[in-house]
Order: sequence, then structure tokens, then C-alpha cells
Amino acid sequence: MRQRSTSRAFYELISSMRFAISLLTILGIASIIGTVLKQNEPYNNYLNQFGPYWFPLFEELGLYAVYNSAWFLVILAFLVLSTTACIVRQTQPMLKDMRSFREHAKEASLAAFLHHERLHTALPTDNAAQKIQAYLAANGFQSRAGAREDGVLLAAKQGSWTRVGYFLAHSAIVLICIGGLLDGNLPLKMQMALGGKTTTSGNQLISDIKPESRLGLDNWSFRGNVFIPEGKSSNVAILNVKDGILLQDLPFTVSLRKFHLEHYSTGMPKRFASDILITDKATGKSVEKTIEVNKPFEFDGIMMYQASFEDGGSRLHLLGHDLRTGGKTPFQTDATVGEAIKLKQDGLDYTLELGSFRPFNIENMANDEPAAETSKMATLEKHLGSGARSVSKKDLRNVGPSFEYKLRDSAGQAREYQNYMLPIEQDGAWYMLAGMRDTPAAPFRFMRIPMDQDGKPDSWFMIHSQLLDKSRHAEIANRFVATALGPDAGETVRERLRETTRKTLELFAIGGFESLGKFIESTVPAAERDKAADVFVKILEGSTWEAWKLARSAAGQPPLELDQKLGRLLRDSLNATSDSLHYGAPVYLQLASFEEVRATVLQVTRSPGKPVVYFGSLLLVLGVFAMLYIRERRLFVLIKHNGDALVALSANRKSMDVEETFQRHRKAIAALLDPATTPPAQS
Amino acid sequence: MDIAHSGTPSPLRRIGLGDGLFALALVCAAGFALSQYGAFMDIYDKAILAAVVPSLAAIGWAWKPFRGFLVAAAALALLSISLYGGDLARAEQAFFLKYLISSQTAIMWMSALFFIATGAYWIGLIARSDFAEKTGSALTWSAVTMGTTGLLVRWYESYLIGTDVGHIPISNLYEVFVLFSLITGLLYLYYEGHYATRRMGAFVLLVISAAVAFLLWYTFSREAQEIQPLIPALQSYWMKVHVPANFIGYGAFALAAMIGVADLLVRKGILASRLPPAEVLDDVMYKAIAIGFAFFTIATILGALWAAEAWGTYWQWDPKETWAFIVWLNYAAWLHIRLTKGLRGPMLAWWAVIGLVVTAFAFVGVNMFLSGLHSYGSL
Repeated sequence: MRQRSTSRAFYELISSMRFAISLLTILGIASIIGTVLKQNEPYNNYLNQFGPYWFPLFEELGLYAVYNSAWFLVILAFLVLSTTACIVRQTQPMLKDMRSFREHAKEASLAAFLHHERLHTALPTDNAAQKIQAYLAANGFQSRAGAREDGVLLAAKQGSWTRVGYFLAHSAIVLICIGGLLDGNLPLKMQMALGGKTTTSGNQLISDIKPESRLGLDNWSFRGNVFIPEGKSSNVAILNVKDGILLQDLPFTVSLRKFHLEHYSTGMPKRFASDILITDKATGKSVEKTIEVNKPFEFDGIMMYQASFEDGGSRLHLLGHDLRTGGKTPFQTDATVGEAIKLKQDGLDYTLELGSFRPFNIENMANDEPAAETSKMATLEKHLGSGARSVSKKDLRNVGPSFEYKLRDSAGQAREYQNYMLPIEQDGAWYMLAGMRDTPAAPFRFMRIPMDQDGKPDSWFMIHSQLLDKSRHAEIANRFVATALGPDAGETVRERLRETTRKTLELFAIGGFESLGKFIESTVPAAERDKAADVFVKILEGSTWEAWKLARSAAGQPPLELDQKLGRLLRDSLNATSDSLHYGAPVYLQLASFEEVRATVLQVTRSPGKPVVYFGSLLLVLGVFAMLYIRERRLFVLIKHNGDALVALSANRKSMDVEETFQRHRKAIAALLDPATTPPAQS
Repeated sequence: MDIAHSGTPSPLRRIGLGDGLFALALVCAAGFALSQYGAFMDIYDKAILAAVVPSLAAIGWAWKPFRGFLVAAAALALLSISLYGGDLARAEQAFFLKYLISSQTAIMWMSALFFIATGAYWIGLIARSDFAEKTGSALTWSAVTMGTTGLLVRWYESYLIGTDVGHIPISNLYEVFVLFSLITGLLYLYYEGHYATRRMGAFVLLVISAAVAFLLWYTFSREAQEIQPLIPALQSYWMKVHVPANFIGYGAFALAAMIGVADLLVRKGILASRLPPAEVLDDVMYKAIAIGFAFFTIATILGALWAAEAWGTYWQWDPKETWAFIVWLNYAAWLHIRLTKGLRGPMLAWWAVIGLVVTAFAFVGVNMFLSGLHSYGSL
């Protein structure tokens, strides 16, 4: 008996409004967590973010996948339970209430209604009742007459369907939750717990993955990704689960014919589409189809969506420029995006890991001019007109392909590089941009290799090689002194300048301008540093010119006349040479040609809960509208044989228009009952 | 809009000649749009266009002033389009385009009119001036007319940039802020007529003015007004139904919150003699939240249907989705408390005000502070 009352109390609790409201609140707050903390990131990111102390704790709490965590599902389960209990508890009395007209209501209880009024009638009861019944029917009421000793009670109702709305809306919640559960990762968790499936690491060949990490064709609920490079095919999907993967076998093979990637002139993506061929494994039948974003395709009960795209192993032909001294000729190598190759060349020992390739880059090349002082009116006027006009100047240009790679030395240390294939114009001159960074979080720092008078980077490689080669320094210094001093200068002056030049070149070859700067700081008094720096720069520029001339004559190239343009080239060359000493690698990889291969990523899903959720959603909309917009009204008209009458109105909800409605009906009914004494009401 | 409003036997009985003409005009307009721009629509777009006709007719029949507003906005938009004549450069040359009815200019007018309307309503409230309140009303009507014209013309302009760029202007934060101002304004005007009082305008127009202030900041300091093409995920007819439904929700919740503020003041005796009685405010607040909740429910479901097509999942707890869910839970709880428990009074008003904070976070905050699939307008 006691147990029974406990379970009764539990039932009362979970079907109560207080419990439901509390659940809604808790669910709302719990949901916030998952929006603040990015969900389903690689576990390493969380480890970096929270550190080794908090990371396992948060993992235990399921914070990295809140909406799939056990505690969140429990809250949802309680919501389903509470809503179900609520439905069970309410349906019976509600249906009864819906059907009932309450035609035996007591006069006293009618008189207690908020909206009621006593009337009189001179008509015989039957006649009056007939008239009222006709009125009620004309006004959309269903009515029933309850005969009683002292007269008749006409009980009428309308809008009872609002009660059905309650039932629809609340069943909808249960349906949507159940459907969502079928499509969530609960089925997967069950298979892992009961079917002995375990995740495996993603860094292995598909053929090496063991059966316990493969899900069969009979799996009725999954969501995974299929990766297919152009010209290749795939028949498995990869499911990311926590920090590992599972493999899902598909009943068909998908081949990617071509991946379409279109862009607007602004560089914004315009269209992603995969031309695919699907071949059913069982029947051998095949279908050609183009899948696009917003245009999915269903095959064998599996929906396929355009999820994303990647590089499918583009092949790059690279030219390696050795940045060490000694004038080595460039070497050629081929590399595939996503793969690593050994760079072993003249004592170089590096691993080249080719990360990504971009066939084009759209950049805004407009100069950020300092905003001219404009009046408020002028600013306003700039923003009038069509929405097509851009107020700030834009000069969008495709600066050509780029690629990123890592160079890992024999000790395992790696730096990241980003190079552009084509020269880019900056401040009126053209440069090859070579970017480098030590850590993935840092921005790329760019070395700007100047293009020479022939539009090639070759001159810079010549100058660079001469300037940094210690064995050439004496020769360069000699020539510089000869050019700088002319024939009249004395030998001591010559010797001093020669020595200074050699020292300058030697310092520069160690760490570029940085070494020189340090040297000046440690030896020259503060007041004279600027002057000294000027002298060093002049010496360096002159030496660079001599170095270049030397290199050109050695290569059998005709001499050049120094002009303003070449002067700038010299300064740029000097800057780039200085930067090259901090480039972190003895080789610069130039992209000579490429063959782009794209890969598509299709999402494949089997979601058995979808129809349930959609049906639930339909019920929810119908239910909400029925509950909020169908108004239940009950109108009672008691007509007594003695000529007394009573009209009363009740509504399921208190609102302002109830009184309005009551007055309208009261007037009309009074007029019907006693046309002689009451002026005809306007209706 | 309000399906069973005031319990009149049948709203159809009150349909007059004007209503017939209005419906006819709508049919003709849809036919014209189909013949003129049908080539840019797929079958779903055409179905939506067809469904818009009875929807607008029903609104116009239930709420007569809406007819005049729609006709005026459509006429202005058509005038603008004819002045453009297919050439964007005309926006700088034609006087009427440059200073009146090109999209940006029309939206600037809308902004200015909303600000002045707010002032007029406040003067009306403080000085008990009937004239000022009427002016506020007229200005609000003008503002929504100009704003609607602006959006319609912007739609046309986007196609002038390029047929591959063209799209309905409800695709980013800038455009939906205009939409939000319009819908909130229209909802307010409906309640103003329905309850025959202009006293609530001072409060409701405040939230519209705040939205407009944000819009102007967004325009002048972020150049957000520039029409941008659509990324692949947004290229869908679903946008035409999902976004407006959502903003009926947001607009109604914002309106309810401002009525909530007025309600709280009246209950404290502040401005009590000038504002409508608490009973009326309470009723408006409930009606606004009811309509907001109904449309927000539809919008969220439409969003789920769209997500299923674009992202492959009808629900994936993206921050925007999750916050939409939180907003929905919040107002579901509000309605439960009011309807089932029959609770009234300051607590519900406070709740409606706090509801606006939650709604605003879902609307703007998510874009500012959280990242996810829905990041179409960042700040």
C-alpha cells in the first residue's frame, strides 16, 4: 500500500506543471553549455585549451559532445516521460469534457459564472427554446437541450477542438524526441556497447581496418562521410566517434566523375557540385547524378549530401632553389598534396610534407588611402542609392595559385611555408612571396623576392649567392672600393674602407641587418648610430651592385646600367637576402606547374527517425495553432416556464474579448426572448 | 492574422468591394511577377509566390489598412524599377532614385521616419496630444511603406548586379534587421488598430528605433549595406519561408517585451494615467507572444527541414539552432504558466522583458560571440 502511494506520488510529480516547467528550464540551461564550448572538436584541441587537469574531467562530464551525453539524454527522457504522463493524465477527462454539453448544470452554478445575466421572456418555453436553438446553430454553436422540471436548459459549445490541440502538441513533443533519439548516436553507442564494436585510429589504410571497427549493411541508423577524389570511387563511409573512427560499409559504390567548384568574382564560393556514378552492389544497376548543396540524393534508403570538398591529391611540379652559397643549380621534384617526400640533395636532408594547394587567391589590392575629411552630408550621400554600390574602394584581383608545406629536418623539427606561384605587385614592384612561420598559430611572415628587369627571380638568387659567400667577400670589397673612391684616394684610405666593407659583408652574412644592428649598438655611441647605419647601408648597397656585376660577368651576361629601377631592385634584393637568413630552411620551393585533383566529401545518412520527427512537427504546428487560436466558448440559456431566463457564458481562458462576446450574445438572446421590450440588437 | 479574433461569426461576411479588388490586384501582381521574372524561379519559388497571394489577401481582409500599405509599397517599388530601367547607374542619376526610392535611400527614409515617429509618440504620450499620436501613427505607416519599398527594390537591384547574384534580400544580418523593423512596426500597427489606442506606440517604437540605430551603425561603420552574393548553402527557396516566419517571431517577442515594460510601469503607477490599463497591456502581451510562439515554432520547423536538405541533418545543435530551441522553451514555459496556471501580473511582464534578452542573444548575440553554421552576418 505504501509502495503504491509512493509510485502514485511519483506519477503526480512528473505529470505536474511544476515539474514540466522545471524540466524546460533545466533543458534550456543545459543546452547553453554546448553553445559556449565548441562541440565535437578533435580531442587535442580540448587538451590544449583546458590542460591535463581539466581535460579528463570535462570528458567525463561529456562536455565535448553535450547533446549526446548520457545526462542530457536523461533530461530529454524525463521530458518525454513527463509529457507522456501529462497526456495520459489529461486525455481521459479532456475527452469527457469535450463531449459533454453539461446540459444538466445547476441554476446556481450558472448564476455563479463571471459572465451571466438574468432575462425575461413572454414566449412559451418551447417557442423560446426553438428560437434560441436556431440562433445558437447560426452562430456556430453545437447545442443540446436538457429538459428539467421548471423549464429547459440549452447548453451550447463551440471550439472544443482546442482540447485536441493540446493532445496534438504534446504528443508531437514525444514523437519528435523519439525520432531524434533514433537518429542520434544512441544506436551507435548501443552497437559499441552490445555488438563489441570499437573505434580505431584514422591514420591507416581502409583495408587494414579490422571487422570490429566496421559496421555492416544492416546498420539502420548512421551518419558518415565518404571521401572520393576525382576519378576514384569509394564504398565505405567514415564515422567520426569521439577521438577515433568507425567504418560503415555501403550497399553501393560511388565514383566521382568531376567536382565542380565555382566562385563569384569576389572569390566567394558559388557552387559546389559532384558528378557521381552510383553502382548498386547487389543489382549492378548504376545511376548518374549531380549532387549539390541543397540538392541531396537518395539511393537505397541512404541520403547523400554535398558536405565539403578537399584536395584529392593535386600533383605539383616544384623547382628547388638552394639558398646555401656555392651557386648550386635549381633541382626539380614532384610532390602530391597530402603526401610526404624526402628531399635529399647535395647534403640537404629534409622531409617535404605537402599540405595544401589553392588554385587561386582573390585579394583586395586597393590601397587603404587615409580617409579624406568628408562632411556628414557627403558620408550620408555615399550611402544613398542602390545597395549594389560599394562605398570603400575595392580592387579584387586573382593573385594566382599558392601552396603550403612543411619542411621537417632530420631531428624532426618542422616549419610551415606558404608560397605563391606568381609574382605579386606591391608598391609598384613585383615580388615572389615566400611565407614562413614557426608555429601553426602564428601568421606567415613573408620574404619578398624581387623580380628582375626580365621579370624573373633569377637575379636575386645570383646576388644572394654572391653576397653570402665568404670566399667572394674580398673580391667584392676590392671592387666596391675601386668604384667608391676613384683613382686619387690614398692606399691607407683604400685599405680602411676595404676592411670595413669586408667586416660589413661578414656581419651581414651571419644574420643580415639584425647582426649589423647589434654590432652598431655594441660599438657605436648612441648619438652616432644613425650616421653609422647610413654608412653601413651605403656600403652594403654598393657591394650588392658589385656582387651582381660580378655574378653577371661570371655567367656571361652583358653589363647593366644602374638606374632608379635597378636601384630599387638592389635594395629589395638586400632586404630579401637579409630575410633569407631567418627563413629557417636552406631551400626555397618554387611552383613551376600543377595538375589539380579535387576530392568531394559526401555525407551519407540513414535516418529512420526523420519521418517520425516530421510527422511530429506537423502535429506540433496544428496543435499550437489549435491551442492558441481555437477558442472554447460555452453558452448556457436557461428558460423557465415562469418566464425567467438566464444566459451565461464560460470560456476556457480568461481574456478581454470574452466579455465582448458575452455582451453580443446576451443582447441578441434578450431580443429573441422578449422582442417587445428589448430594442433589436444589431448583429 | 488573429484567426478567431473577437469571435465574430465569420470574417468573410465583412468582405467588401475593396477586398475583392485587393485580392484581384494580388492575383494580377503575382501573374505579372511570374510573367516578368518566372525565368528566375524554380517550381518551389513559384509555389511560394502562389501561396503568398491568399496569405496577403487574408491579412488584408482581416486588417483593412494593410491593403493601402501594400498597394503603396508595391506602387513605389514598381516606379523605382521602371526608373531603373535595367541600369544600376541610374541610382546616381535619376533624382527620384537617388533621393527617394532606390533601396538604400528608401531604407534611410525608413530609418528617419521611425525615429521621428518615436518622438511623435512620446510627445503624444507626455503631452496627451492626440494630434502628435496620430502623427506618430502616420509616420510609422510611412516608415514601413518606405522600408518595404526599399527591400523590394533591393531585391531587384541584386538581379541587376548579375542574375547569379540576385536573391531575396533577407539573407544577412543587415537585411534581416530591416525586415525586423518592418515586421515589428506592422505588428504594432495591427495592435494599435485592434485595441484602438495609440498609447503603446511610444514603447514599441523604442525597440524599433534601437534596431534602426544598430542598422545605421552597421551601415556607416561596417559598410554592411552592400549586396553580397549567396553562398551555396543559402541558395534555396527555403529562405523565403524560413526567415520571414522567424522574424514574425522575433518581432512579436520584441513587441511583447516593450508592452511588458509599459505594463510594469503602469503597475507601479508610472504613466498610469496616460498608458492603457494593465489589463489591456496584459492582453496585447499575451497575443503578441502567442503569435510569436506560433510563428517561431513554424520557423524552427522550416529551418529544420531546410537544414536536412542543406546540411544533411534536420537538427545538429548548431549554436543558432540551440538558441532558437532555448527561445522556444522560454516562451513555451511562459504560455504554460499563463494558460494553464492562469497566472497574471508583473511576473509575466518581467518574464516577457527577460525573454527579449534571450531572443536578442539568439538573434544577434550568437553571431557575435559564437561560431557555427549560421554565421551569415558577423559583426
